[in-house]
Amino acid sequence: MNDRPVITSAMARSYKHGFITPIPSDTIQPGLDEKVIQWLSAKKQEPDFMLEWRLAAYWHWLGMTEPSWSSVRYPPIDYQAIRYYSAPRSANPNAVALKDVDPALLATYEKLGIPLDERLTLAGVAVDAVFDSVSVATTHQKKLAEMGILFCSMSEAIRNHGALVRRYLGSVVPPGDNFFAALNAAVFSDGSFCYIPPGVRCPMELSTYFRINAAGTGQFERTLIIADEYSQVSYLEGCSAPQRDRHQLHAAVVELIALEGAEIRYSTVQNWYPGDAEGRGGIYNFVTKRGECRGDHSHISWTQVETGSAITWKYPSVILRGAGSSGRFHSVALTNHHQQADTGTKMIHIGADTRSTILSKGISAGHGHNAYRGLVKVLAGATGARNHSQCDSLLLGEHGSAHTYPYIEVKNRTAQVEHEATTSRIDEDQLFYCRQRGLSNEEAVSLIVNGFCQEVLSELPMEFSVEARKLLAVSLEGSVG
Amino acid sequence: MNILELRNLHVTVMNKPILNGVDLSLKAGELHALMGPNGSGKSTLANVLAGRPECRVTAGQMLYRERDLWPISPEERAREGIFLGFQNPVEIPGVSNLRLLKEAYNAQRRHHRQPELDAVAFRAHLRDRTAQLGLPEEWLLRPVNAGFSGGEKKRNELLQLMLLEPRLAILDEIDSGLDIDALTLVAEGINALRSTERSMLLITHYPRLLDQVPPDRVHVLMGGRVMLSGGMELARKLEQQGYGWLEEMVT
Ligand SMILES: Nc1ncnc2c1ncn2[C@@H]1O[C@H](COP(=O)(O)OP(=O)(O)OP(=O)(O)O)[C@@H](O)[C@H]1O
Ligand SMILES: [Mg+2]
Repeated sequence: MNDRPVITSAMARSYKHGFITPIPSDTIQPGLDEKVIQWLSAKKQEPDFMLEWRLAAYWHWLGMTEPSWSSVRYPPIDYQAIRYYSAPRSANPNAVALKDVDPALLATYEKLGIPLDERLTLAGVAVDAVFDSVSVATTHQKKLAEMGILFCSMSEAIRNHGALVRRYLGSVVPPGDNFFAALNAAVFSDGSFCYIPPGVRCPMELSTYFRINAAGTGQFERTLIIADEYSQVSYLEGCSAPQRDRHQLHAAVVELIALEGAEIRYSTVQNWYPGDAEGRGGIYNFVTKRGECRGDHSHISWTQVETGSAITWKYPSVILRGAGSSGRFHSVALTNHHQQADTGTKMIHIGADTRSTILSKGISAGHGHNAYRGLVKVLAGATGARNHSQCDSLLLGEHGSAHTYPYIEVKNRTAQVEHEATTSRIDEDQLFYCRQRGLSNEEAVSLIVNGFCQEVLSELPMEFSVEARKLLAVSLEGSVG
Repeated sequence: MNILELRNLHVTVMNKPILNGVDLSLKAGELHALMGPNGSGKSTLANVLAGRPECRVTAGQMLYRERDLWPISPEERAREGIFLGFQNPVEIPGVSNLRLLKEAYNAQRRHHRQPELDAVAFRAHLRDRTAQLGLPEEWLLRPVNAGFSGGEKKRNELLQLMLLEPRLAILDEIDSGLDIDALTLVAEGINALRSTERSMLLITHYPRLLDQVPPDRVHVLMGGRVMLSGGMELARKLEQQGYGWLEEMVT
């Protein structure tokens, strides 16, 4: 077949963020042991409690095995071959102004469409920029601080807001929660921290942009968001990585805590390098995201658009502890070529009158493998709990696969749990209709897929739903003949 | 010049022969009506002209402005000015009318190397047309045909027609499901679009629409062929007598 190079180059064209920033970096030797963790903790000037916490997680991890229950398939990961820390030599942990940040780093984010200069940023969006293992800049901190909002890198939070970190870190995702979460707890290098004081409605979108740059490293970031009583925050996460032939591991943890009456909306547009058309390279994305509605009438919603990564393994969940609290999960997962996604959510109803909504849209193109896996659990005390789940799968072409694994456990007889699922192929009549109006086959597929995802995309903050649409279109390139 | 010329056109759908030697020609500026009993292949003819993949040409020729249509993709036919108003317009959930219209319009402009219209300019361009059809602005934000009544779907087809201003419009039962006022609106729309530059093929079962949009010629499709052609009097005769008297001619 001589059309192979054409397909590959089409794919290369479609991943627009695959460049490498040539920048000197401090990178440790591959491998993981206690010494690495001690070195890392010292490097970050962490207090003793953090080192102890990390070591406990590491010992726990040593006794754990990699989970095998999901539907994703990949060769064994050699954890001793990974470098657990890499940071640009110029990264300045004490940078307070943008002028202290290496221009090469600023240029990288500019190229990614995330200018860090506060005058150029999207109106109303504050950004924490994480480059490999460290945060290199956080914008609008001063303005936010005036309202008592803390928004900074995790490393800075550990140094400057130790009491808050100590109180909440690991309180939703304990260090030994699962294999990847334990690994993360042991070696996480940076991430974002955010605290919204009582009654404050955060005036801007907060966001973190994760960039993997160095080769052979893993990225292990940890994000912690605390919304105090009756506060509100909307948070967005974006990411990308260079195009490489070797797989790279990304194992993150995100914890959200909503106290009484608080509301957290967390959105992700995941665009890690997906690998090429033959399945070479790409990020292995094993992520634990969980929120807890700790207070009564609190609310947490997860919205995710997953188009990148060779493998996506993530289940953003909500523990509905407070009475009358509610959780939502809205997801679009698109797999093309040889990408695999096993994603979904867990809604754990503990409090009375808790509500949860799940809306999942899976799209499989090429040889893409797409699984929705969700658990709705209603505990005995969750009188009047309600859940509605809708999982729709769309297949493009003959080689993709779509599966739905809904698990339901109900221990309270007053609970109402509804689950609906559909699987369909792209409708030939819709395609022909669009083509008859002058759209190319590819444009028609993209339009129809966009329509299929509309309800989820409309949950994203405005600026990002436009980006997400474009990303979906780009990710579908090469999926139709 | 003939805008459309069909010579001995044979078409199968799922290996079943539907059209068995259609001959038809349409000059620039002409409007022809195509009638015929249910299942005689009128929609199949419309579809094959628009390039629906299931319709296979097994013999004969389709010439559009003297160009063989067969190797040309559906989208290129559309951009080159062939418009099909569907008998059953499909619903596209989650995609607004505005979005489809804008993409269609800009695809055509790109094809003709004209600059695309941005969102604001496009809405202004569209405004007169929606007003002319008595469609409210909110209409544009509704998903394509989703939950539309039969008549609303047909009006939507006409809106697309008015926007895209094709050279050849094939309207498949654009009059079915319309109330009396809507029929007049649609007829006015079609008349307004008539020009020496544009040809139209109206597929219909009733002379009602033809009374308001006088055709240059009326054809009857039966047994996969154009059995008979004539003027308006043929349409009236069919209305009064049905197709029975033609059956004998088929055999
Ligand atoms: N996909 C298909 N598979 C098999 N037969 C088909 C298919 N599509 C159309 N046909 C058949 O082709 C014949 C012609 O259908 P067509 O829709 O062209 O008729 P028509 O003249 O438009 O009828 P009507 O007046 O009812 O709209 C019918 O017998 C129909 O059943
Ligand atoms: Mg028909």
